[in-house]
Amino acid sequence: MSSSASGSLALSPLPAGRAAPGGGGGERADRAVGARRYGVRTIALGYLALLLLAPVAMIFYRTFEHGLTPVLNAIGEPNAQHAFWLSLEIVAISVPLNTIFGIGMALLLERGRFKGKALLGLLIDLPFAISPVVIGLALVLAYGKTGWLGDWLAENGIQVIFSVPGMVLATAIVSLPFVARETIPVLRELGTDAEQAASTLGASGWQTFWRITLPGIRWGVVYGVVLTTARALGEFGAVSIVSGRIEGETQTLPLFVQARFENFDATGAYTAAVVLALLAFATLVLMNLLTRRTRADTAV
Amino acid sequence: MGAGGASVLGKGLLGIYLSVLVLLPVAALLAKSGTGGTSQFWREISSPEAVAAIKLTLVVSAIVVAINAVFGTIIAWVLVRDEFPGKKVVNALIDLPFALPTIVAGVVLLALYGKGSPVGIDVAFTRVAIALALLFVTLPFVVRSVQPVLHELDVSMEEAAESLGAGPLTVLRRIVLPSLTPAIISGVALSFARAVGEFGSLVLITGNLPFKTEVGSVYVFGQIQNENLPAAAAVSVVLLAAALVVLAALTLLSRWRSKHVL
Repeated sequence: MSSSASGSLALSPLPAGRAAPGGGGGERADRAVGARRYGVRTIALGYLALLLLAPVAMIFYRTFEHGLTPVLNAIGEPNAQHAFWLSLEIVAISVPLNTIFGIGMALLLERGRFKGKALLGLLIDLPFAISPVVIGLALVLAYGKTGWLGDWLAENGIQVIFSVPGMVLATAIVSLPFVARETIPVLRELGTDAEQAASTLGASGWQTFWRITLPGIRWGVVYGVVLTTARALGEFGAVSIVSGRIEGETQTLPLFVQARFENFDATGAYTAAVVLALLAFATLVLMNLLTRRTRADTAV
Repeated sequence: MGAGGASVLGKGLLGIYLSVLVLLPVAALLAKSGTGGTSQFWREISSPEAVAAIKLTLVVSAIVVAINAVFGTIIAWVLVRDEFPGKKVVNALIDLPFALPTIVAGVVLLALYGKGSPVGIDVAFTRVAIALALLFVTLPFVVRSVQPVLHELDVSMEEAAESLGAGPLTVLRRIVLPSLTPAIISGVALSFARAVGEFGSLVLITGNLPFKTEVGSVYVFGQIQNENLPAAAAVSVVLLAAALVVLAALTLLSRWRSKHVL
């Protein structure tokens, strides 16, 4: 990210106006620049250590404080297992949906020409501006028992709120913008030359999409998918409202963390939190690998 | 595009998807907040507890965002201009608050700064805890919006200023900060929108004491639990409006910026 401009402070020539004649002045100015640099670096790294690193390290310490056995017991517990697999199930439904529609929205926003495009862009970004709690409430008001579609859903025997469909909806909403937002800049970069050439040569819309557009945007899409997955796996507020939070039934892993923490089961809460934290670290590693990949692609 | 029928079908499905996910629920929310007319809406959002929660949300978010502006810029500076071992790891870690589930952020902060803290700092159930949690979850915004701008910034301007005798503070104030301000503002706006709506990281750490540590999102959650949906909907609309105003301001700003800077 910063290889080209980095170290510019050190490389910059000494301020001629301030450098006193003779070597001593230059050295003093050098030392002043060095001290300033170390000072700023200490402030930045100290802030990150206190706010980010130390707390995260602490939870790993607390989890493994009493050895591995309690942790393994906590992982093996049926309700913990259920919460973990339910989280994965919700991710497995909502992420592919958001990926397909995310690519569609990106194509529409970047390649389409129609009225209300700005409105569509705003609509896609809206989930970033709404509190998860408000999203949960909005879902209850639309699909709950007393909600707009409540009677119709009940007549057809469909339960959305307090069951998995509602939790999938909540998760899909909070992670809606990522794929579109990560794909749009890549689409713009890609341009339309190759697509136009392909259709001039007789390729159908589908062929052009599969052979030209999709390979061109794939790393942007994958990056968006990683962000979507991380967000979906960790969603708490909206799912908390639409799930009913029944242990062993509608409790996802983040909800499990809260329930256990509030019931003074520290080991259970910390273990589940560490599992989620490890998944977050995996996300970070993937993000960094992908950023390098995208840059290598665009450099070619 | 231009795949004829497939394209129309795709647009239709997309429209349904967005309607089910966003349009219909948001419309239901707005309708609920307005069922009793403006007088009821006003009564709901002017109850003492609601006012206290909204005020606390806005004040703490403003403080957090100001701290973000300063430290976010410093961190971005160090990541772009400084060179030290492990810089790549630090750069990757900046995104941790985005990757970490919010409830885990709350647990993590409590493990170090809560009851039984190994460093003797216990901020659990205080307003400081709210600020701490919000600082944690909004950390990446300013850093990530300032970083690319700083990266593109031409160092020769700074060198020229220095060679003409400008001190480091003058260079910072007259050359660097003016170029960074739009990026800082956009990072601040995103942080603010996020902070106003934040819920997961606050649930465990603040204790949700009305009039003391109860923020807007937590108030809404409580009203839903009490099945007082009109009050929940009314305060939700206030939170939503606050976030949207900031988003709109951001859009206007970026438009203004591209007109005046480029």
